[in-house]
Amino acid sequence: MLALTILFDGIIYASWLFIVALGLTLIFGVLKILNIAHGSFYAVGAYVTASFVSWSVGAGMSPAWSLLFMLLAALAVSLLLAPLVERLLLRSFYGRDEVLLVLVTYALFLILEDVTKLIWGAVPYYVTEPYMLFGVLDIGLMSYVGYDFVLIGFAIVCGLGVWWGLNRTRTGKIVLAVIHSNEIAASMGINVAKVCTLAFMFGIFLASLAGALTSPMISVQPGLASGVIIVSFAVVIIGGLGSIEGAAIGAVIVGLARALAVHTWPAAELFSIYIAMAIVLMFRPEGLFHRIQARKI
Amino acid sequence: MTNSLKKTLLIGTALTVLFLAAGLAMPKWLLFLSTMALSHGLVSLGIVLLMRIGVVSFGQGFVFAVGGYASAMAANHLGITDAFLMVLIGGGAAVLCALPFAPLLSRYRGIFFAMLTLAISMVLYGILVKTEALGGSDGFNVSRPTLFGQSIASEQSNWLLYSVAVLVVGVLATLARIYVDSVRGLVSLAIRENELRVEYLGASVSQAVALNYLLASFMGGVGGALTLMSLGHIEPNFAYWTTSGEFVFVAILAGHHSMLAVFVGSFVVEVVRSFSNLYFPNTWQLAMGLFLLVVIRFLPLGLGSLWTNRRKKKTTGQEGGSA
Repeated sequence: MLALTILFDGIIYASWLFIVALGLTLIFGVLKILNIAHGSFYAVGAYVTASFVSWSVGAGMSPAWSLLFMLLAALAVSLLLAPLVERLLLRSFYGRDEVLLVLVTYALFLILEDVTKLIWGAVPYYVTEPYMLFGVLDIGLMSYVGYDFVLIGFAIVCGLGVWWGLNRTRTGKIVLAVIHSNEIAASMGINVAKVCTLAFMFGIFLASLAGALTSPMISVQPGLASGVIIVSFAVVIIGGLGSIEGAAIGAVIVGLARALAVHTWPAAELFSIYIAMAIVLMFRPEGLFHRIQARKI
Repeated sequence: MTNSLKKTLLIGTALTVLFLAAGLAMPKWLLFLSTMALSHGLVSLGIVLLMRIGVVSFGQGFVFAVGGYASAMAANHLGITDAFLMVLIGGGAAVLCALPFAPLLSRYRGIFFAMLTLAISMVLYGILVKTEALGGSDGFNVSRPTLFGQSIASEQSNWLLYSVAVLVVGVLATLARIYVDSVRGLVSLAIRENELRVEYLGASVSQAVALNYLLASFMGGVGGALTLMSLGHIEPNFAYWTTSGEFVFVAILAGHHSMLAVFVGSFVVEVVRSFSNLYFPNTWQLAMGLFLLVVIRFLPLGLGSLWTNRRKKKTTGQEGGSA
């Protein structure tokens, strides 16, 4: 019974984490940037949703509308904020040392951290109305909220959708070409700058969508971004940077490790994730799904 | 004694004396600020040693916290309150705790090294937050250290702690410069350029990475102990990843050419932090972020490049810097 509870909790946690990590790994693949600010976009998505939903519920609209508002919030963040960041900031640093790029996004994280505090203040927001939209499911002795299962389904759809989009469409093939070698892609006539902008926007869309979807389950407050980014780093490192399958398996490993700790040894919640990551890296130094690369002599 | 060694020792001593003398003229707030800059700068100096070999640790908060907690516990439980002993305990404890990770970490490069060190520091953070015996997330207080068996009077404490920091940092920075100019230190730069070639020439790359990591750990631990002594308080935030991020920031700001630049950079950051704390208390992170972006954009090789590059042009492309 306990095993089943751990399994469900782990998978539920893994579902939204996968959506965040998918965006992170995609941005790394195309732009070669490990984006620390990814967690900030997650937080912005959650904040915008919280504002929309509390406004709509206040205006007497049914909570079902909030699902639409979640999508709108994610779209707003990815269509307004993401291109601004990519065009004005990241573009001038492409091709520099990858650790330096991490630091650029760290600066962006610091900036967004304060900007969200300026706009939404330091008080936590609670928007629990949409959480009960899909009722409650009884499995054995435990009750689960239907919303959680919808989230799992949605994460699977996201993963399959992105995989299909990359591997089975013309646009996807172009993105894969850029991931593989942006110089050769450019010489074949691909507009690499445009692909980078679009990939970044799509990655941010996933991050803010995950923020929007999870906002009913959590209290939306400062400090959200730094917690999320640290966990999603663990996910993409376990899976191998730039790999979609890796992000999925990494999210499940992290989710299960965390659920196992929560139910058996609560004090270990925070570091169970990193211990799982350390164990994986000990056997697979570059993550589970890392492409083999030639060494330069 | 070779000429370059003599020169290093001379510059190191001169700078230490200069800083000690400057302390006499500083107001209290500036003394505290400079002590913080020196002790944080020491952690960043460790990162600079790692940067010379081509890796960056995003988890120096780990050794920083170990050093701080070890010296704090030595003071509270063992009654060891001498400032210099506490510094040694901090550094030693950090090396001991880093030792088991060194062989593991030496296999990783680039983003993986950064993320693995970050993971280690976050594990420690997780443990510290949950350990009630160490005060949990609130941490605990430590009374003011003593100096050679004498207790420090409160009106002199800022100046004395500053002097301790200057002496410790002076010695370690000079030693770091000597190490950097030694054969082992120069192998680090070769590894940064191309580690496979260095292996073929017969040097052990992983040993060099492990050694640099342990040296960086010692400096981090000492920095943690120094910080603890002037704050009088320690908390798990010492190990949080944003703390480590700031250390990396200072290291990047300084660049890896000059030891002095690290402390100049650290001082600049402390000044920016306390001024923005004072004038825009709610947006100091915003100010730090913008400052960081400006530095990366306009000073890609770091502050040190402002004075080492100029000399390099004179002396035909030699790697060089000041002590």
